[in-house]
Amino acid sequence: MSCLEARDLGCIRDDRSLFEGLSFRLGPGQVLLLEGRNGSGKTSLLRILCGMRQPDGGALEWNGEDIFDLGPDYHAHIAYVGHRDGVKHDLTARENLTVARGLGAPNTAVDIEDALDQVELWGFDDVPARNLSAGQQRRLALARLLVTRADLWILDEPFTSLDSHGIGIVESLFANHVAAGGMLAVTSHHCVSLNDNDIIRINLSP
Amino acid sequence: MNTPSLYRAFSLLLWRDLLLAYRRRTEMINPLLFFVLVTALFPLGIGANPELLRTIAPGIIWVAALLAAILSLDSVFRSDFDDGSLEQFLISAQPLSVLVLAKVIAHWLITGLPLLIVAPLLGLLLDLPGPSIVTLMLTLLLGTPVLSMIGAIGVALTVGLRRGGVILSLLVLPLYIPVLIFAANAVETSGAGLPITAHLSLLSALLVLSVSLTPLATAAALKISLG
Amino acid sequence: MLRFFHQLGSPKHFYRIAGRWIPWLAVLCVLLMLYGLYQGMVVAPTDYQQGDSYRIMFIHVPSAWMSLFVYMVMAGAGAVGLIWHMKLAEVIAISSAPIGASFTFLALITGAIWGKPMWGAWWVWDARLTAELILLFLYLGVMALYSAIEDKRTAARAIAILAIVGVVNIPIIHYSVEWWNTLHQGPTVTKFDAPSIDLRMLIPLLIMAVAFKLFYLLVVLMRARVEVLERERNAQWVNELVNKS
Repeated sequence: MSCLEARDLGCIRDDRSLFEGLSFRLGPGQVLLLEGRNGSGKTSLLRILCGMRQPDGGALEWNGEDIFDLGPDYHAHIAYVGHRDGVKHDLTARENLTVARGLGAPNTAVDIEDALDQVELWGFDDVPARNLSAGQQRRLALARLLVTRADLWILDEPFTSLDSHGIGIVESLFANHVAAGGMLAVTSHHCVSLNDNDIIRINLSP
Repeated sequence: MNTPSLYRAFSLLLWRDLLLAYRRRTEMINPLLFFVLVTALFPLGIGANPELLRTIAPGIIWVAALLAAILSLDSVFRSDFDDGSLEQFLISAQPLSVLVLAKVIAHWLITGLPLLIVAPLLGLLLDLPGPSIVTLMLTLLLGTPVLSMIGAIGVALTVGLRRGGVILSLLVLPLYIPVLIFAANAVETSGAGLPITAHLSLLSALLVLSVSLTPLATAAALKISLG
Repeated sequence: MLRFFHQLGSPKHFYRIAGRWIPWLAVLCVLLMLYGLYQGMVVAPTDYQQGDSYRIMFIHVPSAWMSLFVYMVMAGAGAVGLIWHMKLAEVIAISSAPIGASFTFLALITGAIWGKPMWGAWWVWDARLTAELILLFLYLGVMALYSAIEDKRTAARAIAILAIVGVVNIPIIHYSVEWWNTLHQGPTVTKFDAPSIDLRMLIPLLIMAVAFKLFYLLVVLMRARVEVLERERNAQWVNELVNKS
């Protein structure tokens, strides 16, 4: 069973300690919900979970091994959508997802058309991303989660730019993922409606 | 992570960058125009004495190539940094150094290789003899990839900075000097009819060294800049 | 003994221990430098080829040696900081950069002074001086990059990479510049070596070399203490220190 374990994580930015001694265990079907004011370190913690940023204390382990020792082997299990979409405006939706799929551990069960259908971008396969609306670009960014075989989805404000219909689509994606045994680590100002029992809430405000 | 997916990720990223450049192909002209313009400045500044120009032509053209390389370096990571794609490379299931190598090779094909095509024109402008022009193209072929690869380290270190372009030149130009020395001298030596095997061996050695070492340094620098 | 090194790695203890060494180092360094200069300027014999103008070598040659030595230390400390996440190593690396740059600058100036009577010009593109000039730019690049990055931890790691890349390039640059020089300058032998390795000239040279090393150690400890205070400014021991004085 896959498991992400954090022990005594600490983070310092601009000589201020954002948080320290943070510990949690995230297992299959569980959601890690980060709450806190702007600037409280939510994005920094997510970046640590991605392995993009070294923690200033403590350790982070995937199935018992330090993620910084695992490197790409850990990254094969995660997918990340941050503040910026990671979408190339000069490429079409299909081309963007082809690249995203090649960079991760490809999910052969879902092909690119399926992924676009699930985020309701059918018919936009060959449209350059520049010509999509902000909400559509966000949905394209989130489609990346579907084309790779990631167990852990790490998301920073995923609902940015989405209208209520878009939010509904994405929430059902999350629900399906968690129900199938996946893991979720998310920050959001929006209320994420998910089964209460499986949520680990962490509030980073001092 | 196994070798087929490694190779596939490499070629996918190479394809991606070439496609992106093709979709903005008018921008490819700019470094070339700069290359020609800088070269043309020298006769204007020094005087059009044909013997003098012929003597210093190898140096002029290679300095202009260095400057054109520096000018186009920023584009290797700029767009990806701005739209968040660079972060995705950092957390890819494939090693970052392989992805970096793919991007730098693509960058060289887009910005370095075209310099070779323009070089004969510059040779004519400065009245370089035929064999020298061939040598010039050969040195550009061996040298410009090295410029791209070493330059990528500098870009990786400064990509997050607000005015990184200013520092980039300071960081990268001293490291370019060996390439300049060997390449310019090769062109000069071949103009005198002497063999240039030593020069080409040295340039090839620099190329091999760059291909093996710079992706690691660039990947490490990216992780630090984005971390 | 091991505990001593372990303590030395902690910024707080380093600050205290280095503070105790500095006065002794200062005295020793000044004495040695005065002795070395006396030996070099007064006692060593006049050179039969260059007369007395060669005496600048007693400053020029150790400066040039130090410029390379300090770069190695900077790159080494940077590597230690990167691999083992040792804050003190990062501090030593960035503290060394301006010192190394100063030694390089001193080598260039004294080289020009030495060269003027010989060549008639303040600067001809001699291989060693040209390589020193490039080294100066490598140092300035490190200093510029460090000051451009706001987060000092990120800055320290970035310059560690830059310094390591520089260290790999230094032999290549030296070789290519030597090569370039032999092609363009012809067979003129540069007089930057000791004219003849007379023992009476070698000894002051070695004394000055040691004195310069002590000087480096002294100044790097002084700069490192300041940098440690800067980076640890939110720590309790720093606040206590500041409030006491």
